Amino acid sequence: MDWNLLITQLMNGLQLGLLLFLLASGLTLIFGIMDFINLSHGSFYMIGAYFCGSIVAYTGSFLLGIVIGLAGVFIVGALVEWFIARKLYREDHLDHVLVTFGLILIFDTLVHLLWGASGMAIPLPDILNGQLTLGELVLPTYRLLIIFAGLLVAAILYVLVSKTRLGMLIRAGASNRGMVEALGININRLFLVVFALGAAMAGLAGMLIAPITEASIGMGNDIIIIAFVVVIVGGIGSVKGAFYAALMIGLIDTMSRSYLDLLLQLAMPSNYAETAAPALSAMLVYILMAGVLAFRPQGLFPPAGMK
Amino acid sequence: MNWLPASVSGRSYAALLLVLAAAPFIFEWINQPFYLDLLSRALILGIAAVSLNLILGFGGMVSLGHAAYIGIGAYCVGIPSYYDYYNGWLHLALALSVSASFALVTGAISLRTKGVYFIMITMAFSQMVYFTFLSLEEYGADDGLVIYSRSEFPEWLNMDSSTSLYYWIFAVLLLALFFTHRLVHARFGRVIVGAKFNEQRMQSLGFNTYRYRLACYVISAMICSVAGMLFGNFAGFISPDIMGWARSGELIFMVIIGGVATLFGPLVGTIVFVLLEEFLSAITVYWHLIFGILLVALVLFGKGGIHGWLSRLDRKGADHG
Amino acid sequence: MADALLEIIGLNKHFGGIVATDNVNLAVEQGQIHAIIGPNGAGKTTLISQLSGQLKPDSGDIRFGGHSIVNDSTARRARLGLARSFQITSVVMPMTLLENVMLAVQASSGHSFRFWSPVSQDRDMAAAAMSSLAEVGLESRARQVAANVSHGEQRQLEVAMALAMKPRMLLLDEPMAGMGKEEGALMVDILNRLKGDMTILLVEHDMDAVFSMADQLSVLVNGHIIATDSVASIRNNPAVQKAYLGDGHA
Repeated sequence: MDWNLLITQLMNGLQLGLLLFLLASGLTLIFGIMDFINLSHGSFYMIGAYFCGSIVAYTGSFLLGIVIGLAGVFIVGALVEWFIARKLYREDHLDHVLVTFGLILIFDTLVHLLWGASGMAIPLPDILNGQLTLGELVLPTYRLLIIFAGLLVAAILYVLVSKTRLGMLIRAGASNRGMVEALGININRLFLVVFALGAAMAGLAGMLIAPITEASIGMGNDIIIIAFVVVIVGGIGSVKGAFYAALMIGLIDTMSRSYLDLLLQLAMPSNYAETAAPALSAMLVYILMAGVLAFRPQGLFPPAGMK
Repeated sequence: MNWLPASVSGRSYAALLLVLAAAPFIFEWINQPFYLDLLSRALILGIAAVSLNLILGFGGMVSLGHAAYIGIGAYCVGIPSYYDYYNGWLHLALALSVSASFALVTGAISLRTKGVYFIMITMAFSQMVYFTFLSLEEYGADDGLVIYSRSEFPEWLNMDSSTSLYYWIFAVLLLALFFTHRLVHARFGRVIVGAKFNEQRMQSLGFNTYRYRLACYVISAMICSVAGMLFGNFAGFISPDIMGWARSGELIFMVIIGGVATLFGPLVGTIVFVLLEEFLSAITVYWHLIFGILLVALVLFGKGGIHGWLSRLDRKGADHG
Repeated sequence: MADALLEIIGLNKHFGGIVATDNVNLAVEQGQIHAIIGPNGAGKTTLISQLSGQLKPDSGDIRFGGHSIVNDSTARRARLGLARSFQITSVVMPMTLLENVMLAVQASSGHSFRFWSPVSQDRDMAAAAMSSLAEVGLESRARQVAANVSHGEQRQLEVAMALAMKPRMLLLDEPMAGMGKEEGALMVDILNRLKGDMTILLVEHDMDAVFSMADQLSVLVNGHIIATDSVASIRNNPAVQKAYLGDGHA
């Protein structure tokens, strides 16, 4: 049993899960509170990566890249909410789909215009490039950082949502929008903050992964679908649900890629297992989603107040 | 407001069909064979758009995963061809049966949901298909699959030349249009359209709307898979890219700009879309930006979104038409 | 009861802390008009929704024609002969009155997995639909789009659609809601004419109308039936009068 591989893959799964959580938490709140389908949420992921990359290139500081990059994505998110999303909350979902689809095209091309067609590598400072050795285990430092950062944000979000007034409004809005409006809260400002915050978190995810995978055009467009699946499985409007669902899906996806063919080989000849495994592991997450929908369509951890 | 608005008078559409029928000869006469390719591609997408309109326009089911069926149809040509099975009837039968099975299973699950959920789930399922094909190294995965030879049909029905393939596409389009027309006006169509406007009322009358919608979804998928089969033959090269959710989004756009819930709308919308794409990409490599801005502007500035704008156009047309 | 077409047995429904339906027992005899009255918020629509299948009760049974239907879907109950009209008008707005009623006729004449023949050419269906429209006095408006006719006519359309289903029983949720005096009187006429052939359970606020039509009255207060009796007895029932303090006779 290769323990190093197992631990590494568990870490990878955890890492993927936390990145998905960063993406999905914003998405689930935007769905839950504003009932707005934002297909272009993955664009914030991409923009975060590019902002960070440019600032790192300009200042040499990864920390500055993250901080300023976050602020930048927050502003972009706020602008999108102000000028576009806000006008469509009462409209048909189909209109949301079309508009945000258009936004993807716009953002992808703008990035192409400003940064060129080939991706952008983001070099890491030396301290982050190393490894941590624990006995027999060798763990890359940076991945540990990502996991740490993800858990930190999850903790902050938990405190925010369950202990602050803003969080109370968010929870109320997720299960009963009308009630929040009736209370006379400035709903526009609430929506703006939620949207921009969601965008910033997506941007953070992009920034964290970019040093490993490179920032590239359209990098958010495929992972956003998995984020949607996380939202469905966790329950629309539920940050807690997004957390558990994200971890679950991150782990299942990563582990199945590594170990499914071994598992299948117990049941079938190895050449079949080798072809079937990647295809099956690609489908696994969606089969999970289908299963959840069949037996518990409101998600695994729907926000309180919803049946 | 008629529940089946007529966009423009029937005569204009008859004229359009005649022009399309004569197209190969027209293009040969002006010595521009490239246009035949362009038109072939447009009509293939037109068939897919007509199929999507059945569930989206008439049925109110917004599927963001319909391009998956184009992909399924295409790979039902590609994979058998890879093993040297070129029989056209086999390809057709495969496309229809695989798409029907997939639509039955995924539709059965998806149609238990509504609104936001339904859109996301159809999108997720199509991504599942995308990633599945992407992981099949044997059939090219990311690099795609070359289809060396067209589907084989009896001599009089062959699709070997550009012209004969074009007429295949045109014939399937006509069939799709005709079938949609009959279906929408028949009992089945009434249930589907009624359910779009007021599902609660339809159930109270005794209709098991879920079953009718599922049937409609499967029919739509099968028609779309034929478009995919034609695409595989047309392009000679297929890759999972043709079935990503972005392609599904484009399909929706084609249906919308043409006029939802009209018979010829999706065809017109597709032709406009393809021409726009050609025109814009000739101007600049950044044409996606213009396209995106157009989309955003159209939705924002048409009052009540594109829908409202189009139904006002439709109504005006109906008054004059 | 021997002739009861619809029996409600120990029905309960609550939403969180609110009890909407509290141990309701009721029987509707064949051919009768049985009305449910009660103050606002008594749970009348919730009760009807549980009967038609839109809501699932927490406990209790509903028996229709001797069979339990409490686990059947709305569509299934409709096919068994239980037709419902809605308090908030629920018709297919973009279709004409005739098309709406033809849907109802279509629903009760075999399956609709027919893909070929245009419905508009089905003379039998059109004739059946027209006769239902005639029963509520709407035949002259048949070709009008539902969205364009008056509110009262839409309510009449609801009844026409219910009738076109050739049901065994009608569940009418405030059929006269929002109607003026004349339209209301027309509706009372229609319902009185149906009495005997059709079994009707209706919820209504209009007291004069109810008193002139109903064979039996049940009074629903806070989700619980406090009295079921003939019109005369109910009118003189002190508990009922108390429940209605302040609520005028319409």
